[in-house]
Amino acid sequence: MLKIDEYIPVVGASVIDDLKLLAEHLRGRTVQHVNSTSVGGGVAEILNRMVPLLNELGVMTKWDVIKGGDQFYQVTKKFHNVLHGRSDEVTKQDFNIFLEISQQNISEMDTYGDIVFVHDPQPIALIKKKKDNKWIWRCHIDISNPHVEVWEFLKSFVFDYDATVFSAPVFSQPLPVRQFLIAPSIDPLSDKNRELPPETIDAVLKKHNIAPDKPIITQISRFDRFKDPLGVIEAYRQVKRYNDCQLILAGGGASDDPEGVKVLEEVKEKAREDPDIHVLLLPQNDLEVNALQRASTVIVQKSIKEGFGLTVSEALWKAKPVVASNVGGIPLQITHKFSGLLCNSIEGAAFALKQLLNSPAYAKRLGENGREHIRNNFLLTRHLKEYMLLFLSLYHGEDVVYL
Amino acid sequence: MPQLIKAKEPFRFSTRLHLTELTGLKAGNLREFLQLIKKVPGSSIYHHTHRFLQQHQFYSPEPPNDFAYWVRTVLGENKLAEQLASIDTIQYATIRALRDKITAVLEGYLNNYPLAKQKFANEGEEFHFRKSVSFVLPTHFVVQDLREFTEALEKITIDSIYFHIFEARLRLEKGKNDFSNWIETSLGDKKLADAITRLDPYTYSMEDLRKTLIRLVKSRLS
Repeated sequence: MLKIDEYIPVVGASVIDDLKLLAEHLRGRTVQHVNSTSVGGGVAEILNRMVPLLNELGVMTKWDVIKGGDQFYQVTKKFHNVLHGRSDEVTKQDFNIFLEISQQNISEMDTYGDIVFVHDPQPIALIKKKKDNKWIWRCHIDISNPHVEVWEFLKSFVFDYDATVFSAPVFSQPLPVRQFLIAPSIDPLSDKNRELPPETIDAVLKKHNIAPDKPIITQISRFDRFKDPLGVIEAYRQVKRYNDCQLILAGGGASDDPEGVKVLEEVKEKAREDPDIHVLLLPQNDLEVNALQRASTVIVQKSIKEGFGLTVSEALWKAKPVVASNVGGIPLQITHKFSGLLCNSIEGAAFALKQLLNSPAYAKRLGENGREHIRNNFLLTRHLKEYMLLFLSLYHGEDVVYL
Repeated sequence: MPQLIKAKEPFRFSTRLHLTELTGLKAGNLREFLQLIKKVPGSSIYHHTHRFLQQHQFYSPEPPNDFAYWVRTVLGENKLAEQLASIDTIQYATIRALRDKITAVLEGYLNNYPLAKQKFANEGEEFHFRKSVSFVLPTHFVVQDLREFTEALEKITIDSIYFHIFEARLRLEKGKNDFSNWIETSLGDKKLADAITRLDPYTYSMEDLRKTLIRLVKSRLS
């Protein structure tokens, strides 16, 4: 388990000192995080890191998980998709299932925290248990174009929260509740992001028959249409006319996602005749993802739609030049031509990739700028700071607070 | 080496940490933008003219602000963007005065180039007005003389430098910065205090500002 002082070499002692100073003002308060799963997914990943660190800082932090069941999670998965703007039919029965299971959780769960921090829609109805404690609703997804009925339904719960949190302004909706902006973050010391010795990287390349001496373009993502892996192959082919290079498309396991399996098959079919395209299924293998990112010449994230897109931060942290779509939270991570290149099409991606392959000094500069941008804005320490400030804001309504 | 003078009152470094809050207000064109510039809270004007400095401070030392950035990159109004970016922020002692200047620049531009009102941001590229909620905390750095002051300058966060140089003089409507104030009143060194006051902090990156402050103090010490 990592300790807070281990982040000093990464961010500096004064940043850690500030975290300790802030934590002093939260002594005596208990923060209770509630979400729908303790394993898998970005929320669990971040809470696994943050909860022990907050406790080490002296902020009593607990983490509880609601009960659901298959039917409930089918409904909330549907809610998730339609909130993201995908079209699907949401029935009265879906709402009834949600309310029924929510009522069970309301009956059974003890919401003891001075601050109850609810993540995403699944536990949202717990707000009915609000007494004299403070409640925060953290929305991790992009609800800029939500299914109207589902959003109206969820909004009725949101109104009773003391504060809400979104990752980007464009993800939010008008609400009569304070809305704070807190972006997600990466942990620079995790297996996915820490420094790796060259031999580890070489071993991973060897394992997957990837030539270490030919330029590598990589996209790390689930095999999902919104990540546009077929578009990435098209862009790679346009680059390949002029630059001899390899393409890696690597992502997590798709066995529990029927659509993912189909997309993976389509990708394999499209890549079939080119030995320089490596399609890799990497179930939850953070070290291999890390090694592949570090071995790459350029990282691409050509999503059609994206939530925040933390894979971009991961790549930038490794000082890699990145070509990414101008969607979702990606423009918050990349300033075009300063810390990466943004694209809007297959041709645009291909053009940017060629630029970076042909101008390694420029690519290096972009990558280095990107790394510094991530250091200043998207590391776990910033996230810890902002969560603690958020907790304090619940007790102070003014714009300038003297502690 | 001149004798080290002990301060009448020690200087305690504070730091300012901020949280970003959405106002719920957004603009898709210059007309809406101007209306909202006049209406948003002062903490929003502050946020968009000062936050950029911290988050992009290593890119370049100029003070481009969120307003100029959006006008240039989304609306493509380069001339207006330059006018906004060139506002001499240091000469405005209050956020109110800074807002008035931004408003005057926008109104002047729209009078001279009325066609600019017809440019619209694409969906998803509107300007979302945010504001800063600032938390001011005293740190453990307390100094009694210029040597301790230099040592602390090397260690404090840029948030702390920010607070004592920018926030103190502008957002909280103090005339000078905290460092110059302490150096003059507690150490009696008006020359050094004036040298620090004369800096235009908006034209430095944060780390360059730190180095410049340290250099000024060290050369005074020697």
